[in-house]
Amino acid sequence: MATVAVIDYGMGNLHSIEKALKTASPDTSIIVTADKNVILSADHIVFPGVGAIRDCMSAIHKVGLDETIKQAAKDKPLLGICIGMQALLDHSNENGGVECLGIIPGNVIKFPSNSKDEHDNKLKIPHMGWNEVNQKNANPLFIDIAQKERFYFVHSYHAEKMDNEHISATTNYPNPFPCAIKWKNIVAVQFHPEKSQHAGLQLLKNFLNWDGQS
Amino acid sequence: MGLAKRIIPCLDVDNGRVVKGVQFVDIRDAGDPVEVARRYDREGADEITFLDITATSDNRDTIVHVIEQVADEVFIPLTVGGGIRELADISRMLKAGADKVGINSAAIVNPNFVKEAAERFGSQCIVVAIDAKSVNKPGEPKRWEIFTHGGRKATGIDAIEWAIKMVSFGAGEILLTSMDRDGTKIGFDLELTRAISEAVEVPVIASGGVGTLDHLVDGVTKGKADAVLAASIFHFAEYSIGEAKQHMQDNGIEVRL
Repeated sequence: MATVAVIDYGMGNLHSIEKALKTASPDTSIIVTADKNVILSADHIVFPGVGAIRDCMSAIHKVGLDETIKQAAKDKPLLGICIGMQALLDHSNENGGVECLGIIPGNVIKFPSNSKDEHDNKLKIPHMGWNEVNQKNANPLFIDIAQKERFYFVHSYHAEKMDNEHISATTNYPNPFPCAIKWKNIVAVQFHPEKSQHAGLQLLKNFLNWDGQS
Repeated sequence: MGLAKRIIPCLDVDNGRVVKGVQFVDIRDAGDPVEVARRYDREGADEITFLDITATSDNRDTIVHVIEQVADEVFIPLTVGGGIRELADISRMLKAGADKVGINSAAIVNPNFVKEAAERFGSQCIVVAIDAKSVNKPGEPKRWEIFTHGGRKATGIDAIEWAIKMVSFGAGEILLTSMDRDGTKIGFDLELTRAISEAVEVPVIASGGVGTLDHLVDGVTKGKADAVLAASIFHFAEYSIGEAKQHMQDNGIEVRL
């Protein structure tokens, strides 16, 4: 039986992601774990995250999983979600500046205050709710998912300064920011597939079907 | 095209049963919150809010079981409010599968509770629920105050100032209920909604008074709400969530269809 390890470093509730993976792929064994060996022996790895980046990074350091994540990121199909995506990059401006894992080149910045939409309404922060995902580059995650499909977002910071060839999809708020990236055997999304109903389940299924190569 | 305005059905749950009445033709046990949540998910609800109105703390576990069951099969954001008084209450709800918790009277008793909760769990899961009522005399400038005990007890706290304070303490979203309009079916208090929405940086959910689909439209276009919450118009199957969304789209509002 294929296995997927959901990395549990003590941040947030992994119940939703576990249930969503199970629903997306009933034949996959899902293990929520902080055990280095279990993570490294799984076929697929999910790296979730909620809350603030400083707490996430210190939780990762505390359970000693930085090296494990870096090692797994070398060859395993790995999916970063929300703060999990941000933690894979070099640096975040949140909490006065936090060094991240530096696995994928890129930085994380806050949405600008006082932005307006086309109706002159204030754009709220956090960016919360269902927004369109504009697919740019081929990404195995988007198989059977419509262009401009909506996914559920909740975040105040986003990735920037990424190489165009690694940006699989962008979302506008009001300016385009990378909401899905692909870097070698790693894919990562800013939105929450586990909270994005059918499209989210399809994305998780696609990830579990991906061999990390194509 | 960008972020969609959200439609959020709200279930009042007492001892594990939906109250205020729910009537779906094809659901035998209409009072089962899990059944109702399933139905709303199928109809395209953007989120679901559960308000636990169970009076005794002994029976609080029932809402935990409800959330667990819903979270097992409904993959959209779930919010739980009612009886959230300590960090342990929040932890329990999040573990059960809730994505956000609504804090109301506990914030009034101890505003620092919101700060502690946001620091511990992140602002993204802390919704501060505000029950406001108009208090100015006719002819005076509009003013609203926070009320507790179902709108019976005044606190003397100005609603706009309170919203600003709660956001500065870490609230990631405001659930704003007009106690003047709640249950009236004459529409949201649009002036109140707009005043709060324009005063804070975080999203505001308008609540209280929805009787028609036009009221939902007004909440967004005139009240500047980021999301609209309603209970009875959906419970009694007067309108489906899909109809509500279609109506909003027909009126130029971006929704997830």
